[in-house]
Amino acid sequence: MRPVYLDNNATTRVDPQVVAAMLPFFTEHFGNASSMHAFGAAVGGALKTARQQVQSLLGAEFDHEIIFTSGGTESDNTALLSALETQAGRDEIITTSVEHPAILSLCDHLEKSRGVKIHRIGVDSRGCLDIEAYRKALSSRTAIASVMWANNETGTVFPVETLAELAHEAGALFHTDAVQAVGKIPMTLAKTEIDMLSLSGHKLHAPKGIGALYVRRGVRLRPFVRGGHQERGRRAGTENIPAVVGLGKAAELAALSMNDEQTRVKALRDRLEAGILASVGNCMVTGDVDNRLPNTSNIAFECIEGEAILLLLNKEGIAASSGSACTSGSLEPSHVLRAMNIPYTAAHGAIRFSFSRENTEQDVEQVLAAVPGIIANLRAMSPFWQGDGQASADFNPTYA
Amino acid sequence: MWNYSEKVQEHFFNPRNSGVLDDANGVGEVGSISCGDALKLFLKIDPANDTITEARFQTFGCGSAIASSSALTEIIIGKTIDQALSVTNQDIADYLDGLPPEKMHCSVMGAEALRAAIANYRGEVWTDDDHEEGALICKCFGVDAGMIERAVRVNKLNSIEQITNYTKAGGACKTCHEKIEEVLGQVLTAMAAEGAIDTIPAPSCPVAPSAPVHKPMTNLQKIQLITTAIEELRPTLQRDGGDIELVDIDGDTVMVNLRGSCVGCQMSSITLSGVQERLMMVLGKPVRVIPAQAA
Repeated sequence: MRPVYLDNNATTRVDPQVVAAMLPFFTEHFGNASSMHAFGAAVGGALKTARQQVQSLLGAEFDHEIIFTSGGTESDNTALLSALETQAGRDEIITTSVEHPAILSLCDHLEKSRGVKIHRIGVDSRGCLDIEAYRKALSSRTAIASVMWANNETGTVFPVETLAELAHEAGALFHTDAVQAVGKIPMTLAKTEIDMLSLSGHKLHAPKGIGALYVRRGVRLRPFVRGGHQERGRRAGTENIPAVVGLGKAAELAALSMNDEQTRVKALRDRLEAGILASVGNCMVTGDVDNRLPNTSNIAFECIEGEAILLLLNKEGIAASSGSACTSGSLEPSHVLRAMNIPYTAAHGAIRFSFSRENTEQDVEQVLAAVPGIIANLRAMSPFWQGDGQASADFNPTYA
Repeated sequence: MWNYSEKVQEHFFNPRNSGVLDDANGVGEVGSISCGDALKLFLKIDPANDTITEARFQTFGCGSAIASSSALTEIIIGKTIDQALSVTNQDIADYLDGLPPEKMHCSVMGAEALRAAIANYRGEVWTDDDHEEGALICKCFGVDAGMIERAVRVNKLNSIEQITNYTKAGGACKTCHEKIEEVLGQVLTAMAAEGAIDTIPAPSCPVAPSAPVHKPMTNLQKIQLITTAIEELRPTLQRDGGDIELVDIDGDTVMVNLRGSCVGCQMSSITLSGVQERLMMVLGKPVRVIPAQAA
């Protein structure tokens, strides 16, 4: 079975060019960047190059605005915790109900353990943020507002530049978890008011375990990991040089393929979506269809359950993911689909297809050949399926 | 990826007896579309000898839900309804060479549907549709006390976590956890009285502290709570020839002396962490328990 990987929002394959760039830094240039000898010097140069490559992808003004971390989660934790410490007299955080657990779990914890007031701004049925509620939540108590650039499940893009301006009007910092957006959406941070941004290497064909936090020059930062003076004292610990070099190379490649991502990859996604909608009844595309990542499609199939769909897709060599309850071990559909009030029936059958520059037309053909049969098969087994066009009448979109 | 047995996969990819049985004379429906899984079981029962001659199912749910339904039909075809009623969810799970713990509710759904279908054949009212007596415990997933009791008895469950794995009860908003605990306590007490289990097991899942987290507590109250808790722990330690003595309390640090056979015992650090856990439960906030000598 020819494998088709359409789960790139979960993780991506490391680009062979990235691996090639990394290899010398294991056995040849293995020095510690802090050392006062030639072994260290070679590594110091590579660190600087990688920083500039990431700076360039983000359109940041200075390379020292980039701090290398262990990944998106560490970057998110650093940003929020730092803001609470540096923003004197401000003890509230504004975020959204559809953030990644890297933000939401931390906020839950801060709320319980430190009594930090958390405002979780809701979204509408397309996944768009309630800007009015965001505006109202901002106050002189707000330490930081943190809103993802794009949602990992539906691909819906948030107006982070405007949200950053609104946060600044209230004197608050603004952070964005851009883990899904970096490399897929062109950005020029120097021209925005965004104070901090998190990114993760493994979402853009770099290895797992490496990421970065952008911190605008002039924004005060309290380190999350304390120890040595690495990263100008803002993130201690000997730099993971091979991974840093890999992230730099991946950033360079992402910049080069940005156009491809916006055109060819988007066309593949659109073709898959149109093909499924044309051949399968009673399904809906979730998220803000006109304003989302070019690589992501989240389709909710009515009257069937996501894990069963994934297992049958997997049998056909196709890798996708689901926001259904059963895949995660929880008993409810994902928090994102619940926040959007997707009807239960459809939410349980939501499947996410996420592309990368490595996907081809043949991939799309293979999925289009498999999906209608799988859906029909499961629906024939479902006690709720009444035949095309009829099931919707039974839907009860009342979410608790 | 779930670690499904070969048998689960085989029954999911090639389900037996799926579909509608038009001339069924016993139909049972459990679960709902909002809960994320549901099973409609059709039985054709020969009234002459009460034997199940045919069984089919329709299932909305994950891989293990479909496999459990398929297995159920294979198990019960050819059985009399009395024989079928002795089939438990554990029989379904065993037939499939086991299910992941979080998926046991799929097998329970099968056993419940079977009872519902047989009740329907006998012209009885199935309690799943009738929660009027206040027996509904989990509103999110519509689970009543009867279903929890059956799952606890058949599978010898002893924690809320297990009950959630087997019935889904308490798996969403969690507000029913106290009620589940109450049912669990009653069932275990009854089972111990019947001799079905030796002793009532201690809950393996820590329950939420009963003291509200933000309730301000005076120092005096705190000291009293700690003193009482330590006193209550002493008989347990004394039974093993040991003892514990409260030495001092400094903020959130509680200093104690272990005595008797606890002294030098390699398990003493475990004893201390057990004491710490107990105190945190009583106080509803974190404390540190250390040996007085180390202070």
